[in-house]
Amino acid sequence: MADNVKPRVRVPRSVTAGEAFEVKTLISHKMESGQRKDKDGNRIPRSIINHFSCDFNGENVMQAELQGAVSTNPYFQFDAVVQESGTMTFTWNDDDGSVYTESKDITVG
Amino acid sequence: MKNITLSAVIATGFALVGTAALAEGQPPAEIKPLVIDGINIVAEAQAPSHMDIPAIYSGWEFRAEETQVLQLDDFDNPGMLEVDAAREAFNTVDGAAGKSCASCHEGGPEEFKGLAAVLPRWNPDQNALYTMEDYINYCRTARMQAEAWPWGKTQLNGMVGLLNLQSRGEIRNVAIDGPVADLWQQGHDIYYVKQGQLGMSCSSCHEENYGVRIRAEILSQGQTTGFPVYRLKNAHLNSVENRFKGCMKNMRAEPYKPGGPEFHALELYVASRGNGLGIEGPSVRN
Repeated sequence: MADNVKPRVRVPRSVTAGEAFEVKTLISHKMESGQRKDKDGNRIPRSIINHFSCDFNGENVMQAELQGAVSTNPYFQFDAVVQESGTMTFTWNDDDGSVYTESKDITVG
Repeated sequence: MKNITLSAVIATGFALVGTAALAEGQPPAEIKPLVIDGINIVAEAQAPSHMDIPAIYSGWEFRAEETQVLQLDDFDNPGMLEVDAAREAFNTVDGAAGKSCASCHEGGPEEFKGLAAVLPRWNPDQNALYTMEDYINYCRTARMQAEAWPWGKTQLNGMVGLLNLQSRGEIRNVAIDGPVADLWQQGHDIYYVKQGQLGMSCSSCHEENYGVRIRAEILSQGQTTGFPVYRLKNAHLNSVENRFKGCMKNMRAEPYKPGGPEFHALELYVASRGNGLGIEGPSVRN
């Protein structure tokens, strides 16, 4: 597991059914590209978040594949629409196999 | 005949340059309200009486809109990541005394509300001008018996960010008289003296030409109320001294010693030029 990885998510607690709301996510991660070399000339192995997905009650909302050129602390902002109350889960997959998750409850009211 | 016309043009050209150098800066194109998390931050104020310009503005007002919006929401402000790391450090035991910041400061970082607005200030116990960095490193070395954090680096800048954040919206009111009067004068002199191969002073840009472009950028007044600053340029929080150092290198001058007396005096003087503006650090700039 890479150091100092911390997922952050912000979604409204209550939303109106069928109305778009804003979701903001950010994960602190150094996103080592694999292109750099250390002071002895050895390649520093790639260590990035390679996949991000957001699901609501088991249904996929959005997903993204990240590549080596994505900069440090990847940030995603998108709009979502829900029809019922439920849990939004966020998943980040690390190159080293680690999976970081975060979930938020959303109430339709 | 052609020669005469040409020299006339050159003469006019020089006259224009001459006028430009004497000109005062330009106010920001548009003054927008700076409100973060419901707290209104004063970003335009009447200049303190010791200054020759009419009004002072936060550097935020001079920035492009896409840079400005990053600061309006703490979630979007990338500097907050380093502030979060500092919040953890605040509660982490370090040093031979087995203490963390929180061991003494039980109220948490919130105890420091208002402090950023009056720093740098004279510390009578140490007989020295103290910045936020000095206070942090004093606690680390004297109370925690830990190593001082190096000047201008991530750990110290992050902690300054955490403590300055507690004073968000407070009006800067740095004392310039009493025991600091001489230091303030020294800072004033450093601000106005031309130095480096380009023959520039701080005032060449930040007093005479604020609001004017320097290559692709618009010069600000060099206010320090937004420090530490998350700079898009290097993706880190930058301290006031980091910025001074960058300016001096751009002027092709030799930067002063980190944490040294010249930078302390200059930091005090520049802070006093922002008396009346709201504290907004950690801010976002390019």
